[in-house]
Amino acid sequence: MNHSLLTISDITKKLKNKEISVIEIVKSYLQKIEKLNKTINAYITVCNIDAEKYSRVLQEKLNSGEKLPVLFGIPMALNDNIVTRNTLTTCASKMLGNFIPPYNSTVNERLHDSGAILLGKLNMDEFAMGNSNESSYFGAVKNPWDFDRVPGGASGGAAAAVASGLACFALGSDTGGDIRHPSSFCGVVGLKPTYGLVSRYGLVACASSMDQIGPITRNVEDCAVVLNAITGYDPKDSTSAVIKYPDYTAFLGEDIGGLKIGIPKEYLDKGDNGEVNQRVFDACKIFKSLGAEIVEVSLPTTQYAIPAYYIISSAEISSNLARYDGIKYGYRAKDCQDIEDLYQQSRAQGFGSDVKRRILTGTYALSSERYEEYYKKALKVRRLIFEDYENAFNHVDVIISPTTPDTAFKMGEKFNEPKVCSNYEYTVSVSLAGLCAMSVPIGKDSEGLPIGMQLIGKRYGEGTLIKVANKFEEACNFVKTEFIDL
Amino acid sequence: MKYEVVVGLEVHAELDTRTKIYCNCTTKFGAEPNTQCCPVCLGLPGAIPVLNKKVVEYAVKTGLATNCSITMLSKQDRKNYFYPDLPKAYQISQDDLPICTDGYLDIEVEGKTKRVGIHRIHIEEDAGKLIHSESNNDTLIDFNRAGVPLIEIVTAPDMHSSQEVKAFFEKLKTILEYTEVSDCKMQEGSLRADINLSVKPEGAKTLGTRTEMKNLNSTRAIVRAVEHESKRQIEQLEQGLLITQETRRWDDAKCESYPLRSKKEAHDYRFFAEPNLCSIIIDDAWLKRIRASIPELPDDKKVRFIKQYDLPEYDAAYITSSKPLADYFENAAKISKNPKAISNWIMGDVLNKLKDGGIQITGIPISAQRLTKLVDLIDSNIISSRIAKQVFEIMWDTNDEPDEIVEKYGLQVLSDSDTIKRIVNEVISENPKAVDDIKSGKKRSIGFLVGQVMRKTDGKADPRIVNQLLSEATQ
Repeated sequence: MNHSLLTISDITKKLKNKEISVIEIVKSYLQKIEKLNKTINAYITVCNIDAEKYSRVLQEKLNSGEKLPVLFGIPMALNDNIVTRNTLTTCASKMLGNFIPPYNSTVNERLHDSGAILLGKLNMDEFAMGNSNESSYFGAVKNPWDFDRVPGGASGGAAAAVASGLACFALGSDTGGDIRHPSSFCGVVGLKPTYGLVSRYGLVACASSMDQIGPITRNVEDCAVVLNAITGYDPKDSTSAVIKYPDYTAFLGEDIGGLKIGIPKEYLDKGDNGEVNQRVFDACKIFKSLGAEIVEVSLPTTQYAIPAYYIISSAEISSNLARYDGIKYGYRAKDCQDIEDLYQQSRAQGFGSDVKRRILTGTYALSSERYEEYYKKALKVRRLIFEDYENAFNHVDVIISPTTPDTAFKMGEKFNEPKVCSNYEYTVSVSLAGLCAMSVPIGKDSEGLPIGMQLIGKRYGEGTLIKVANKFEEACNFVKTEFIDL
Repeated sequence: MKYEVVVGLEVHAELDTRTKIYCNCTTKFGAEPNTQCCPVCLGLPGAIPVLNKKVVEYAVKTGLATNCSITMLSKQDRKNYFYPDLPKAYQISQDDLPICTDGYLDIEVEGKTKRVGIHRIHIEEDAGKLIHSESNNDTLIDFNRAGVPLIEIVTAPDMHSSQEVKAFFEKLKTILEYTEVSDCKMQEGSLRADINLSVKPEGAKTLGTRTEMKNLNSTRAIVRAVEHESKRQIEQLEQGLLITQETRRWDDAKCESYPLRSKKEAHDYRFFAEPNLCSIIIDDAWLKRIRASIPELPDDKKVRFIKQYDLPEYDAAYITSSKPLADYFENAAKISKNPKAISNWIMGDVLNKLKDGGIQITGIPISAQRLTKLVDLIDSNIISSRIAKQVFEIMWDTNDEPDEIVEKYGLQVLSDSDTIKRIVNEVISENPKAVDDIKSGKKRSIGFLVGQVMRKTDGKADPRIVNQLLSEATQ
């Protein structure tokens, strides 16, 4: 029996009613991965043995009638930049192709303790840099809706796996849109939490000031359930939020009457793909019908978001990735003359071209001659963007936009395109401002490809996003039923 | 031409915290290589730092003890460079907002007081240690030291001779020891200095080109390096050559320095704020608590010792130059009727013993109370000063009470006049020539007779009685 398109609450119900066993659930997912992963290439590592082993342990707990934690028996997968003890963590790079961490990420520990079962580690753009998943050392991931198209990125494997039933949910990482973008392209729900909400301990850094781990799920309810499991103060992460963490499932089903939803006029003026914008307008109509008010807002600094993002993220990347030097772990070039040669060869051979481009750009932006002109200026822009949002959120509760200007593009179409960030134009400013945002499927274009809308919330406004998205989902039933059963 | 030497120091002190700066690994010295590391201090992918609060406290403590302003809102930055002992390929340090700025220390050189400015004190993490294998060509890395907290103290270029540098460095070391911020064990690398030095024609307004010498790890090496580098630079200029701005390495065994890298090869460290760490905010209450934790500092202690214990300035300065020594003195002095005698014992016999045995001050085997008792025995005329030296030796080796030793070996002063008189008579009859000499005016010969009496009494006879009896007998 195929259980791969069930949601978390579906599985939980079936397990409690003894309709299925944990062992069966895990088996059916592993079988589907076995069948489909060759085509979609969503997984870099599949943890058959560990997953089956843990499923037996959990089944015993179920049999003994113990109180079950929230994600009990739920098969899931993690982006391959989330550290898993004793399990290969490659960041989709040759550089870490052999890296088996001796320690665990906080999120993996929390998921394990919540009873979730790790099926494997997911493909992504190398070191989470890119939006097409074509830069992975382990090969491109295919969009389950159209194998000729990209799944988006960088967490493309995560979105593709959830969309095609290769995992019940996944955790991706988002630096400038890397959860929201592929979620939009693959028609799933993806949340980039507020910076600091989810511990980064054990997330291999891309750009540390923006990196966040977040859930990719089939529906909004699952998003709330997973968020409950992975959030909470972590003393191992200095940037972990010291707040009262709410029960996110409490926002499900809440009324949105009187809520103010802002549309940034800068986005509307652009007139990109008519179909995508049209769907967002349709969504606004639905929100109106649910009692929300649609208000125009302005984010005047928007046009500078991409260059600022590119400079800041590249700067941090150049420093974060310097530790991969061939000395302590990871790839080491052979037959080197001296230490300098060892560094150069290991890095030249171990990193892909996109990563190298970012390292070079970042090194340049931080150099003493260019610091003021680039890095410092970008930080000022970042501040202005933050203020733009603060001003806008004085008037509205949530801001709406498309997640991406277009639907999934063809493989090879944009790879190595110099302005590769342009596909991130709606997502990067949220990352710079450290806010939360969710991509929610709102239908398909004329070619049958998923379209996503982005809902942007205030800092720690995840509850509001869940409330709004959940209401929307209820109002248009197509969202949660339209999965591809391959 | 006469030249003026200009020296500034960058002193790195390892802080004596229990755990490392960004993780819970211990900072203990001397363990098996790579047994005191974790994902954070090894810089493993995904591991992130959490600042040890004690490090901030210790830095602030040092800043307050060196008259600095404290930066109430500071941050930490990454200093990027590649080196195999640096696991993340960046060191977390502080760039533009150090915790302490604009302080000073007053030093005394040749009887004159001089003020040396302190530009800044910042916190940072130490790197690992490279070990070059002698059996083959391998270089091994020990990461036990990686992440041990450091403060870097940067002075103004206010020193002009090796004596001034020495005085400053020793003063600073004393303060770090007094505040218990660092154990200052230079042989373990807990305290090391970089020397920035330039020379210029005397009276010239602009500074000459400077060189930097890295990682000097003894006071002697610092003094020698300053003297050697001043001489080298002056010789260069005398020959009409220019000084190259460069980093030099000091080889203390050969007493020479050689170039390491020039300014052109210098790193561009690409400093930027460490995104994994929050700003360091120090509020008034915290600052107050730290201030209250600072003990009496050497200058104040010296003044107090002079006043309270009536010590000469020289003694007081010497004893307060080390906190353990000052504590030892004071433990004895406060229960003694004769603090000056305590000081004499410490500055004489105690220090000689320590020096001969290569023992730390904290390892003095004679407790302060027993030293006090020994002085009491002399002052109450139970033993002679000469005998006291013997008692001291036995105390050092056996750790016994001085009065027990005196009892056990029968070392009390012999003050029974009849016994002494008998011996005096013996000596007089055995030395008729000396007696004649004295009678004919050669008073010095009386010393010879005293010596003879002492010899016969194993030094125990009360010298006042001996002198008196001999004078009477030879009149």
